[in-house]
Amino acid sequence: MQEVMVKRASELLADGTVVRVLGWKNGEFAYDPTPAVFDSADALSAFVYNDFCASNLSKYLIDLCKKDGKTLVFLKPCDSYSFNQLLTEHRVDREKVYIIGLACDGKVDEAKLREAGCEGILGITTDGDTVKVDTLYGEVSVAKADVLGERCVTCKSRQVVVYDELIGENGEVNADCGRFDQVAALEAMTPDERYEFWRGELSRCIRCNACRNICPACSCVNCVFDNPKSGISQKAAADTFEENMFHIIRAFHVAGRCTDCGECSRVCPQHIPLHLLNRKFIKDMNECYGEYQAGAEAGSRAPLVNYTLDDCEPSVVYEREAGK
Amino acid sequence: MREETLIPKVGVVTDIRQDTPDVKTFRVVGLDGKKVFEHIPGQCAMLSVPGVGEGMFSITSSPTNTEFMEFSIKKCGCLTSWLHMMEVGQQITIRGPYGNGFPVESALKGKDLLFIAGGIGLAPLRSVINYVRDKKENYGSVHIIYGSRSADDLVDYKEIIDEWCTDAGVKVDLTIDRPQEGWDGHVGFIPSFVEELKPDLSRTVLICGPPIMIKFTLDGLKKLGFQESQVYTTMELRMKCAIGKCGRCNIGNKYVCKDGPVFRFDQLAELPDEY
Amino acid sequence: MKKISLNKLDEFFAAIAASQTLYLPVEDGRKGAKFDAWKEGAVYSTAANTSRSAKDFFFPQVEDMASFKVDGKEIEVYDTRKESEDFVVFGVRACDAKSFDILDSVYLADPVDSYYETRRQHGLIMTMACNKPTETCFCSAFGIDAANPAGDISCWMTDSELLLEANTEKGEALLNALSMLEDADASAADDTKAAIQSILDKLPLKGLSTESFGGDKLMELFHSDKWNALSESCLGCGTCTFVCPTCQCYDIRDYDTGHGVMRYRCWDSCMYSDFTLCAHGNTRTTQMQRFRQRFMHKLVYYPGNNNGVFGCVGCGRCMRSCPISMNIVKVMKTLEG
Repeated sequence: MQEVMVKRASELLADGTVVRVLGWKNGEFAYDPTPAVFDSADALSAFVYNDFCASNLSKYLIDLCKKDGKTLVFLKPCDSYSFNQLLTEHRVDREKVYIIGLACDGKVDEAKLREAGCEGILGITTDGDTVKVDTLYGEVSVAKADVLGERCVTCKSRQVVVYDELIGENGEVNADCGRFDQVAALEAMTPDERYEFWRGELSRCIRCNACRNICPACSCVNCVFDNPKSGISQKAAADTFEENMFHIIRAFHVAGRCTDCGECSRVCPQHIPLHLLNRKFIKDMNECYGEYQAGAEAGSRAPLVNYTLDDCEPSVVYEREAGK
Repeated sequence: MREETLIPKVGVVTDIRQDTPDVKTFRVVGLDGKKVFEHIPGQCAMLSVPGVGEGMFSITSSPTNTEFMEFSIKKCGCLTSWLHMMEVGQQITIRGPYGNGFPVESALKGKDLLFIAGGIGLAPLRSVINYVRDKKENYGSVHIIYGSRSADDLVDYKEIIDEWCTDAGVKVDLTIDRPQEGWDGHVGFIPSFVEELKPDLSRTVLICGPPIMIKFTLDGLKKLGFQESQVYTTMELRMKCAIGKCGRCNIGNKYVCKDGPVFRFDQLAELPDEY
Repeated sequence: MKKISLNKLDEFFAAIAASQTLYLPVEDGRKGAKFDAWKEGAVYSTAANTSRSAKDFFFPQVEDMASFKVDGKEIEVYDTRKESEDFVVFGVRACDAKSFDILDSVYLADPVDSYYETRRQHGLIMTMACNKPTETCFCSAFGIDAANPAGDISCWMTDSELLLEANTEKGEALLNALSMLEDADASAADDTKAAIQSILDKLPLKGLSTESFGGDKLMELFHSDKWNALSESCLGCGTCTFVCPTCQCYDIRDYDTGHGVMRYRCWDSCMYSDFTLCAHGNTRTTQMQRFRQRFMHKLVYYPGNNNGVFGCVGCGRCMRSCPISMNIVKVMKTLEG
């Protein structure tokens, strides 16, 4: 796939369709490509696309759209939902982006490889469904399905929803992905159990802001948590209440706009399953207002910013909780 | 347990003087009515209002003042706005002194001095000017060039007119940016005023003001024939600890709070331009 | 040198923990390891390293500094420092042990940071040689020997035994107090050290050179035209700084507790836009400048002030946790190339 991508990128640069290419640059190891901008065919020699190009490039387009000329971007299915959502919010300019959609069968999670016993990774090759890892301590073979990122295991859609051209065959929306199973499991807990679960998770937070800064829905120019005049700007949680609230406030703020791309959980250095907070909101909105997928369609009105006569009444809370 | 410099002492504001529409000068002593600590001209103190914040301020009074310390503070942010709302008798916290200060007992000794200040930039230089005036025998002549946006924005105007202008060994040249009714002095920006005045090349220069004023004045001084090694300035950056640890005021391998805030321009030339 | 059978490891930990808190790496149940206080049943993790560094023991993420009571125009200041209790950290890797030296030269320099100093005085460091260094390890580039870690006591783990050697009086005293330890040959760890060395020789980052860096390269590196491309995709989060064992910047803030004001400090990051924000403006307005500051500090400014010692220990945490996989190794290789 990488060869086809480089070829198309070179052609689009050469014929003047685009002036730059947003993709991934090869890293030090087989698993650490970095998002990068390429402005010439020569520069593309460092272009890489493999099972570890997990980062969602959509957010970079907010800044790149402010530059002169058109940008070529490669979007995987989940990234294309984010792009649409940014279009809906007028944060990116469709006219300034040339999108090549990529068919995707999931990305490999480096941490899962390590869990599977791969330390001292020297090289990684994928052979069909098998990932072969050459390490300092011998060769390890694992099934790709076992080391896919958590969000890929419950992939909601393999469909690129916005593109100018596609590489590979476009996939389908997977309604039975089971992405709400874990949320349902949390809902089934008693409030005390649930509180304990989240305390255990959120107490590990180091407030590094990786989740916020990678999130395509977190596109405020100046975050309220960074604004000294907000009175709540903070770099560390002063107490457990704040520790909880940072993530919960963030989840509220992206509710209805979160496309469930899963970047927050992917980048968390403490491996906190932050996406579960967002999924809880998505599940609730689906149940209260009918199915809605942010980013599926550019310009769509999210339930929380739309009003219809059959919207549920606030009392739904009591009805829903009545059984408990 | 060892005394901790990061834990401040309590100071009392005993006098507040409105210098200009946005600059007030605060007189501060300790709870015992005495000076909280001794300092070298150009050194700073961390003042704070608990719950609002802490900030680094230049000590504007001269060390020769044995009774109190003064801080001339321009209202421009959160903490300074709060300080401007204070009344006499208000307590604040204070810790210091911090920074290197001007080399009044070494490099500046015996020298003819030229002070160039713009706006609130007079605050740190006032400490040196009054120190030098009080120890005249150790220094040569003093030339002060001071300018501000308007006549109303000249800090310490009363002291300048009543004391500096009447001091025999001191020459004072004032300027304001734009013409103003009732002002018969010089009008124009400081850099060009300095070039017009053609100060004596043998003087050691101490300059402080807005970054843009410093930049153009230095260019002018160089044009006149001054060397970077005879010009000192004092800097201001965001600071938190004031003791060279928290990393905020780090420029190159220097910490402005500890290695500065006073630098000679030939020293600054060896640092990244991040100030 | 002393030794104890690995079968008696629990007994050994219990003996140390009897008189003071013992911290050691344990599995965190989340694909990594973390330092935790030892309690009955805790299992020592042999993971290459903990997800967070060991600097927390001496420079915690959040720490109270002083509190104030404000009553009308009056202020009272309270010293909130507490006398620390003795504690032992077991299983610190050679890289993290070296990071304490780097923090020491900042926090113990005059004027001493008494918060940090107290913790340093009360903490005893037991290091563990790295039997299984991993591909992100590059401590040797900074002169650190993973086969011979520093600390108050150095430890080696063989298939059957834990070997211990005291390097300081404090370490000596602890070992002497542990009666279950047996004497071992001075050469008992030699095979383990040799085995580690043979792996260190094969590490992919073994050849990483620091030659292009240091205090004398300041202006040349600062003005390099490579910073723009390197920082282009940096998100400006603080992950690298927060997992870094040598990042030492902090912020001081006031917190209204409802019945007074608590002044605390917390880790800060030069990657953040408000790090240098003043009332009059910002001296680093772009992410490139902020990105450059972090690496210049480790590779140029710090060595310039500390006899050429670099502000990085090659632990590789930033390589594992950066959301966009940018890290100091890529920076060094790019600037050099």
